[in-house]
Parts: sequence; C-alpha cells; structure tokens
Amino acid sequence: MSEVFDRIRDEIGKNDVLLFMKGTPVFPQCGFSAATVECLSELGVKFASVNILVDAEIRQGIKEFSQWPTIPQLYVKGEFVGGCDIIREMFETGELEQLFKDKGVSLAKAA
Amino acid sequence: MPMQAADIVRLIQEGIPGAEVEIEDLAGDGDHYAATVVSQAFAGKSKIQQHQMVYGALGGRMGGVLHALKLTTMAQKP
Repeated sequence: MSEVFDRIRDEIGKNDVLLFMKGTPVFPQCGFSAATVECLSELGVKFASVNILVDAEIRQGIKEFSQWPTIPQLYVKGEFVGGCDIIREMFETGELEQLFKDKGVSLAKAA
Repeated sequence: MPMQAADIVRLIQEGIPGAEVEIEDLAGDGDHYAATVVSQAFAGKSKIQQHQMVYGALGGRMGGVLHALKLTTMAQKP
C-alpha cells in the first residue's frame, strides 16, 4: 500500500488543485463527480484530475490515504478539502472561492 | 445491495449518541439517500471531521453497501 500512497502523494504534490473523480471533467461517470467539476468550473479554477475508474490501485488507495470512503475527493495545495457535499456547500456559501484565494490559486471566472 | 433508512439512522445514532438524524430516500431505490445529522458532538469540528464521524458510525458501509448518502452535518439547527 505504501507504493500507491507514494503515487498519490506525488500527484498531489505536482498539482495545486487535484480532483480524484469517476470519469473525466469532460465525461464524468458519476453525478457526484459531475457536480464537483461543475463547482470548480463555475469558479474558473484550473484543476488536474485522476480518473479512479481506470486505476484500481488508486481507487482503493485514495480512500485509505484520505480516510474518506467516497469519490470525488478534492485536494488543494496538498490539503484534503472534502467530497462532493462539502465542496457544494462551500461553493454555495462562497467559502470555496475564499479558500482558493487564501491559497493563492488563480480564478478566471467566465464573464 | 440496498440499505433500509431505519438502519442508517440506527447506526448513526449508535455511533453519535443523541444525534438527530433525518433521512430522505432520494431515488426511491433504497440506494440513494440524503441525511441531515444534527449533534452537539460536531461543535468545533471541521466539516471533514464531522463527515468522518458519520462515516465512522456507518462502520465501513459507506462506499460499500451504501452507495450514495448526501450528507449535511451541523452542531445545531439553524
């Protein structure tokens, strides 16, 4: 398991905003992943993603790594922010936008 | 493999004594639920910690037999 943790750490380290999801941002394969992508897109955040459906090792590993049983999972600058419900709630209250600003992640809101 | 709403409520209340739990069956298929959990035990904890407490109470069923549970947690009712 430590090998997959290393891979996960590596991905998180390489990407300021990283979403572990089912499917891809263009073709999400789960409603919860789709809803999370929508929040990020709405804010104009550039993010990388890992499709856990094509990587069984990461699919299991990320749940243990984050101690979080479900996908999607959002990491910002190395820190686990939450799953779909938390992201959506934070998006609605404006906390998500504030978090990105506080962490120095640039937002390019679509006009 | 669906789970009964009453079982979800029971597990959460066993794990977080005194919690108020409201369950809604979103799709009517016993597989997609929304839960609102209100407990003093959440006070001072982050959202992640609050949700982890609920997942802990469900003892590994979340993401397994329980496919989808839209979770809202709060320390007290608004």
